[in-house]
Amino acid sequence: MAETSAEPVRRAARDGITLGLAVGVSGLAFGAAAVTSGLSAAQACVLSLVAYTGASQFALAAAVAGGGNLIAGTASAVLLGSRNGLYGLRLASLLSFRGPFRLLAALGVTDESTAVALGQPGRAAARAGFLATFGSLYLTWNAGTLAGALGAGRLGSPDTFGLDVVGPAAFLALLWPRLRDGRAERTVALAGAVIALGATPFCPPGLPVVLAAAAALGAALLPAAAAPGEGPPPDDATRQPGLGDRADPAGAAGAAGDRPCR
Amino acid sequence: MSGTWIAVLVTAVCCYALKLAGLTVPPRWLAHPRAQRFAVLVPVALLAALIAVQAVGRGESLAVDPARLAGLGAAAAALLLRAPFLVVILAAAGTAAALRALGVA
Repeated sequence: MAETSAEPVRRAARDGITLGLAVGVSGLAFGAAAVTSGLSAAQACVLSLVAYTGASQFALAAAVAGGGNLIAGTASAVLLGSRNGLYGLRLASLLSFRGPFRLLAALGVTDESTAVALGQPGRAAARAGFLATFGSLYLTWNAGTLAGALGAGRLGSPDTFGLDVVGPAAFLALLWPRLRDGRAERTVALAGAVIALGATPFCPPGLPVVLAAAAALGAALLPAAAAPGEGPPPDDATRQPGLGDRADPAGAAGAAGDRPCR
Repeated sequence: MSGTWIAVLVTAVCCYALKLAGLTVPPRWLAHPRAQRFAVLVPVALLAALIAVQAVGRGESLAVDPARLAGLGAAAAALLLRAPFLVVILAAAGTAAALRALGVA
């Protein structure tokens, strides 16, 4: 019993640490970009320590660099951060952290930690994956920011090592089981991607991803989304909302060897 | 205090507050099946959008980076072969890095 439940937890922690370390290297790029934009090293570090969300940080740096309107720059950075609020809606029931610990856990809500948590079977593994990603990414991102701000960013581009592909590849791997299992998930993912790509030429960077939330809104509101097809998708009804509240069905599905990315 | 510092602090505090707000929404707000469905599907939509934008987006335009696309293709191939997470990541980064080093892409 102990072994069967410990293995997914270990795996989740390992995946989270791996992803955190690989993506955190981009902190170098942020630190370098921030200083080039005219932010001080201290300002770059405050952003990484407290905002701790890459897209918003890059957006603010870009606004400062453009010599643009700081109010507009701040507004767009905060708008981009709203994505993390949306993630929180899902993570709240998935992780169900309580009390003061939630204040700390909130800092760790990012694309990466959300993706790792969603990719796990059951709550224990989701928590382990979330916390492992948070820990390793937070340390690497902040160390990278400092080093990049102090000049290490000029050593070379992360692209040389293919690190720019780590994020999207990891998100793909972590979404994969969701996409395989659910027709609704596939539709929403496709619609989200199409919305974001369609909006990209017309929006400041980052905003198209937030707009993709409309795909989830549409699927949630349309009665048609649940009614036709295979009927109220039995998979989704029992499994998806249950991931947070009933760890067992999801865990059982994972244990049944149905996790393609393993 | 300079305007830049104010912008930095407001951004930092608001970004944290948004994270906390999402995590502390009262459960009864999400009790309705449609709200629950939205909460479940929204990360799927956003992460899929991120994959798409990071794959072919460059700032405010769409640009094809052959090495990056090849890296993602390698990740997809590894997933179809049921490779472990670490292998998927290494295949993606390794493919992109190799193509760039060879000057192919």
